[in-house]
Amino acid sequence: MATYSLTINGKQQQVEATEDMPLLWVLRDLLDMKGTKFGCGQALCGACTVLLGDSAVRSCTLPISAVGEDSVTTIEGLSENGDHPLQKAWIEHIVPQCGYCQTGQIMNAAALLNSNPKPSEEEIEQAMAGNLCRCGTYNRIKEAILTAAK
Amino acid sequence: MIPSFPFLKRQSVENTSKVFIPSRRDFLKIGSLAGGGLLLGVSFQCTSKDQSQTFSPNVYLSITPDNTVTIIAHRSEMGQGIRTSLPMIVADEMGADWSQVKVVQAEGDESKYGNQNTDGSFSVRMFYEPMRKAGATARHLLIKAAAQEWDVDASTCTAENSTITHSESGKSLTFGELASAAQQLELPDQDTLELKDFSAYKLVGKDTPIIDLKDFVTGKAVFGADVNLPGMKVAVIQRTPVVGATITEYKADAALAIPGVQQVVKINGSGNPPGLNKALEGLAVIADHTWAAIKGREVLDITWNLGDNASYDSKSQLESMKQSTLEEGMVRREKGDFNQARQGAAQVIDRTYEAPFYAHGTIEPPAAIAQFKDGKMEVWAPTQHPQWARDSVAEACGLSADDVRVNVTLLGGGFGRKSKPDYVVEAALLAKETGIPIRVQWTREDDLHHDFFHSHSLQRIRATIDSNKNLTGWNHHTVFPAIGATSDANELHPSDGELGLGCIDFPYEVPHIRIETHESKAHTRIGWLRSVSNIQHAFATCCMMDEVAEAVGKDPVQFALDMLADDKKLDFSGEIKGDFGNYGESLEDFPWETARLKNVINKVAQESGWGKTLPAGSAMGFAVHKSFLTYVACVVELTRDSSGKIIIPVVHYAVDCGIAVNTDRVRSQFEGGAIFGTSLANSSAITLKEGKVEQNNFDGYQLVRMPQSPKKINVHIIESSRKPTGVGEPPVPPLAPALANAYYKLTGSRVYALPFEL
Repeated sequence: MATYSLTINGKQQQVEATEDMPLLWVLRDLLDMKGTKFGCGQALCGACTVLLGDSAVRSCTLPISAVGEDSVTTIEGLSENGDHPLQKAWIEHIVPQCGYCQTGQIMNAAALLNSNPKPSEEEIEQAMAGNLCRCGTYNRIKEAILTAAK
Repeated sequence: MIPSFPFLKRQSVENTSKVFIPSRRDFLKIGSLAGGGLLLGVSFQCTSKDQSQTFSPNVYLSITPDNTVTIIAHRSEMGQGIRTSLPMIVADEMGADWSQVKVVQAEGDESKYGNQNTDGSFSVRMFYEPMRKAGATARHLLIKAAAQEWDVDASTCTAENSTITHSESGKSLTFGELASAAQQLELPDQDTLELKDFSAYKLVGKDTPIIDLKDFVTGKAVFGADVNLPGMKVAVIQRTPVVGATITEYKADAALAIPGVQQVVKINGSGNPPGLNKALEGLAVIADHTWAAIKGREVLDITWNLGDNASYDSKSQLESMKQSTLEEGMVRREKGDFNQARQGAAQVIDRTYEAPFYAHGTIEPPAAIAQFKDGKMEVWAPTQHPQWARDSVAEACGLSADDVRVNVTLLGGGFGRKSKPDYVVEAALLAKETGIPIRVQWTREDDLHHDFFHSHSLQRIRATIDSNKNLTGWNHHTVFPAIGATSDANELHPSDGELGLGCIDFPYEVPHIRIETHESKAHTRIGWLRSVSNIQHAFATCCMMDEVAEAVGKDPVQFALDMLADDKKLDFSGEIKGDFGNYGESLEDFPWETARLKNVINKVAQESGWGKTLPAGSAMGFAVHKSFLTYVACVVELTRDSSGKIIIPVVHYAVDCGIAVNTDRVRSQFEGGAIFGTSLANSSAITLKEGKVEQNNFDGYQLVRMPQSPKKINVHIIESSRKPTGVGEPPVPPLAPALANAYYKLTGSRVYALPFEL
């Protein structure tokens, strides 16, 4: 057990955890932040995606000891009032079905727009390929990202 | 006698629902109504309880003085949008302001709420009329209360935007202002209640956004594992590697040494057959948090008695299933004499079709929370069938169902997996045993190893063609371990219910038809997956129809239209040996109409530009399949991209689901269904060796990702005033065969086994 200091959504947080505990469980079980979802535990589905700095990471395989100094942004911190351009576009296109994978999809899309503000359809497909949606909302996700990138 | 499987057992409630005013006592129980208001219940009269009993407060609808209309959602939300679709029917019929409607999820209690088993694509079909009646009753009471207040004729008042208006005088009062007065009035006669004309609806028949949208995009939506109780611990379970195996010995010391691990508790499994609602044998590691429980489980030392299924190999079972179809089976439908057709045939096409086990792969793995306190069990779970969860927990824990409360969270995908309450039972057993609130958390590996799989299957179809190029005979052999075998090892043939899903109801006018089944045993847990055995039946049937069309020199679309022949209502009378389920509905209420099937075929052909000249390297495939009483035709287009890779640029669906209640959610179900179907066709397969599932996670069990999905999915909804039917499952069955038929057109290779790579 060690004490880690993390910056999550702009707030300093101290947590005590074993060094191998993935950030996902730190968020969900130790900090009671439930917006980040567990899907596979192996970085295969993207449901647990958060931002580390400006980049998307799979929090289910990122040990707390590897988080370092970079700030963590989760869905709860993406915008103050749920009005990030992506969230607005997601609402406009009525993207979610069951909703479970969508927070990870949105965080991954946020990282994409950070690095590529005007992605092509093909670039969206490649960037989002790591995020599974069993309900099959892919095409609306694509449309929403294109809308948010306008 | 082959019993039908559980999800079709239900009663129609449409004509027996009744709106009532709950008792004064019940009224006071609803805290929010302390300041007055209107409260209505709806009784569906579909439970076994005596009708003379006093009703429990199954509040479907309440209006508080602040003008909030609260509507209960009694069906489980798993992405189909039902928490929106049913309440919006009530609200629209009332004339409520949708922005002032609050939807509250019901607990699991079928004696109060009627059927809550969210399965079989029947929520809208079953509850469209009752919801309209509930809304109309409320509107009637509010208008009457206003008319009395103003001393005017009720017929001169209108309800809109949660306000009653008297147009002549311009007077108006809100629903909230009228609610208490309305509560004092007598209910209108339910039989003569005037319902709105479809054209008067403002939400029904339109694109209405789902109510949970904002919560979904901000991470506030509460799914199963998101519920947190004070003092709650997390359990991760090492379950039997082979169905029916038992623990002979175990050592937990190493697990208990992991920081955070509190206890290790054995769960006694159901053995063999495993049952549909029971826990598997296992060892639960209970810890302060999920990670410690996962780490603890890794170091458990368990000795298993693997039992009979340890030698099971799914590949060799498919081989023996294939052999069995070469022999005569149990005849399940017979028309004419297939042997006669065969003897007179100029050509016999004889093909076998294979499909694998499929796992549901809901992105939310099963999870459930349970708390046992003062002899009562309370659970929170993402469950499709809360009453079954309640009864199963009661049975497993030795409690009365009255002492079990089931709270339904949102489901992170269901597809039939979360009908089965085994994971809820696990949480309850552990909470009872330890006295601690417990969350049982399944990992992805648990989910793929211990699912209730869609059964693998083998089908052989022989089609006979005479010298005049007519299809004269159809002999369909189907064999797959039945769902019923999960509870009863003596069930060796597919049930009538499973055959009613796209096999026995072969709709084409062929003079000689014989449909046969063969024996096979279940060696793992078999369940139902979105559209169930329609998946394999539509694959085989629609692929064979395409092949026959080619053999007789016809276009497959024209061939399907020709073979449906004259417009008629099918009843298969005298031909089907068992019970033709018709999805639990009578053929009077929901007839099998070939005209509607032809209509969707024509529509999809027209919208997709079927028959047009395509650029080189592109091809279209067609399939048509009715399931869950909804008529669907599908065209898939394939093309080779610049690198030579085959992609799916577009899928077209034409759908006749009667009245489309929420057109946006009808389209979204078809968009998702196309992608779900693409996974089944191209990506996913579960295999078992030595009784164990060979795939561990989404690397071994593949689902299609954004780049492999159809780029465009166009859904053409037939305008209809017919009774609404389901849309959750019907998009899935025709996708794989339409894709396979397009693949043949493009490559010249027929597809006889799923999954196939593009």
